[in-house]
Formats: sequence, structure tokens, C-alpha cells
Amino acid sequence: MKDIYRGTLVRLSSQSAEDMAKAFAKWDRDTEMYRLANSDPAQLWSEKKLKEFFEKDQDKDPPRAYRFSVRSLADDKLIGSTGLVPNLVHGDAWFYIVVADRDYWSKGYGTDATRLALQYGFIELNLRRVTLGLHSYNERALKTYLKTGFKLEGRIRGDGLRDGVRFDGLYMGILREEWLASQGAK
Amino acid sequence: MLDIQTQLFEARDIRLGPIDHETHPEIESKWTHDAEFIRLMELKPVRPLSPAMVKKQYEAIEKEMEDDKNLFYFTIRMRADDRLIGKAAVEWIDWTNGNGFVRLGIGTAEDRRKGYGSQALSMLLRYAFGELNLYRVTAVVPAYNEGALRLFQKFGFIEEVRRRKAMNRDGEFWDLVSLGFLNSEWREKANSVVPSAMSGQG
Repeated sequence: MKDIYRGTLVRLSSQSAEDMAKAFAKWDRDTEMYRLANSDPAQLWSEKKLKEFFEKDQDKDPPRAYRFSVRSLADDKLIGSTGLVPNLVHGDAWFYIVVADRDYWSKGYGTDATRLALQYGFIELNLRRVTLGLHSYNERALKTYLKTGFKLEGRIRGDGLRDGVRFDGLYMGILREEWLASQGAK
Repeated sequence: MLDIQTQLFEARDIRLGPIDHETHPEIESKWTHDAEFIRLMELKPVRPLSPAMVKKQYEAIEKEMEDDKNLFYFTIRMRADDRLIGKAAVEWIDWTNGNGFVRLGIGTAEDRRKGYGSQALSMLLRYAFGELNLYRVTAVVPAYNEGALRLFQKFGFIEEVRRRKAMNRDGEFWDLVSLGFLNSEWREKANSVVPSAMSGQG
């Protein structure tokens, strides 16, 4: 059986609240990363509070969200986080990915992790579609999502405001049949 | 221009009011037994609620309004006899970015197609843009709710996002549509008609 957690550059693994808290306490200081990935104002939390965030709902069954840490295969380094927040009634899920360690940007790690998370959504959660949102200024993310099969489904005009500049929110989706077709083409 | 005289919560036939914890649970419990209404109003699976469960929800709503300050919830009542006919809310407000979501529903078929929804939306928009100072609002509507799509479009909302086949009802797949309306667009429209007609027209 194939290892569904293993890609070509990264693997998905469990989220240790302690490891994640320690890592994000450092990563959140990188406001470029934070503002690419989030809509709420950049802010800094204690490691203790971050650990509580990561522990929250972690032992719920079924889980509210399927969350993974992203680790590089080469050196098993924790480099980010990804997950799916499903609405199982309609077979849809919100997807997120952040390669929080900037040393791993633009090298295919995010793309690889996105592919693994999508595969998990379609073959394990049996989703019918996956949804995501991003800021219009996050061009690197847009490229990754287009490459992994997401289609642009719309643009929320002036969704956010940063440094006095209004920007749009982009919404993308991939349908099960689209994902399956892309697997056949591989 | 500051218009202090226009009453924010009064329209021609209806008014916006708070929750009445004594009499409303009974009425709203009845609405939840009408699957058609819930499917127009909610994306969640239909579930009939007892009056006691509705009461609990009301308490949660008012707690959220008090604690989080990102929800403004109103009941829609008839001006004539204060009868509860629906609900309206500005919710999930993101104050940093100045955006929020609007939604409203008229509980029974007898009270629909009478312009009450229009009057409620008119007040809700004035509230969101003139009182809460939001930059934009969003309405999320399943594609099968044609009445709601028409209502929002009539007010000037523009379709912005169409999440393909995001809703599954009765084995059929429906798009989930997001419509957006900017404060500037609302202001332009409001200035092109007599202000008092805005809250009264159906």
C-alpha cells in the first residue's frame, strides 16, 4: 500500500502541540509570512497560549479539522502546517497550507504538501470538492494552487485592508472529478 | 450628510426589534419544522428544534453579541401588532478589514412576497453602512434560492464568487453564491433616491 503521507519533498505528520507552539512562536515574528497567510492582524502570542490553541479540539472524535504538520523529507525539519476543515454533509472542506519557514519558499515544498492534503481529502475523507481562500497579493500561493488543480471561483472585492491599501480575497475550488482526472493524467 | 431624524429600526410595514425570550421560541420552533424555510435560510442540515432549544440559541446569540461584538441580530416584527415574522443579522464582522455578512429570512410563506424582506434588507444595509461603518458586506446564497438572489441583486449586490457544486440537497448539487455590496455603492444608490423612500419601498 502506498504511503499517503509521503510526497517527493515533504511528509505530513501529526501535530505535536508543543513542537508547533515552539515553531510558531518563532515564525510569527516574520510578519511577511503572517500577512501572506492570515487576515487577522499580526500579533504575538506566548508559547503557552500557542500550545493551548494547538491543543484545542485535538482530542475530539470525529475531529473538527484534519490538521498536519509539514516536514521536509531530506532533513525531517518542521517547516509548516496544513489541514482540511470539512463540512461532511455537503462533502466540501476548507483547505489551508502555510510553509512558515521562509528558507523553504519557492522550492516546491508547498506544492508537494498541497498535493498530499488534496489526496487525503479525496481518498480518505471522500470529499466532493475542496475550497480555499487567499489574498490577491499572494501571487506565490496563487501559482501553487493553479498548479495543483484549483480553479478560481471568484473575487471578493476589497475584502481586506493593509497598510491603507484595499485588496481582494480570491476563492478557489477543485472538484472531485477534476482531481480524479488529474490523477489519471499523471 | 448626518441624518439623525430617520429612524434606523422603523420601516413602512415592519420594524427591527430585539429577541423576545418569552413569546418567540414558540414561533421560531414552528419555523424549524418547515424544512423548506430552513433550507432557504441555512446551509446546515434541517433539524426541528423545540421551543426550549430555540431559547438556548437565543441566549447564545445574545451572549455572542455581548462578548464578541461582531454580531448584530434583529427580529423582524409587523409594525401593526408586533407579530414576529422573521430575523435579520449582520454577522461575522471583521472590524480590522471592515467587512461583514448579512442575512435575513421571513418565517412563513404567507409573509413572503409582500416587500417585508426588502424593507428589512434596506434597514439592515443602512445599519451596516451608516451605523457600523463597514466597507463592504457579503451575502451567501445557495443557487436554488432564487428569491434571495433577486432581492440582493435588486439592491445592487454583485455576484463575486460561485463555489461550484458546494451544496448537496436531495441528491442534486448546487452552487453556493457570494454576493458583495460596497459602502460606496450603497451610498451612491441611496443618494439617487429620496432617503425616506429607501426604508419604505417594497
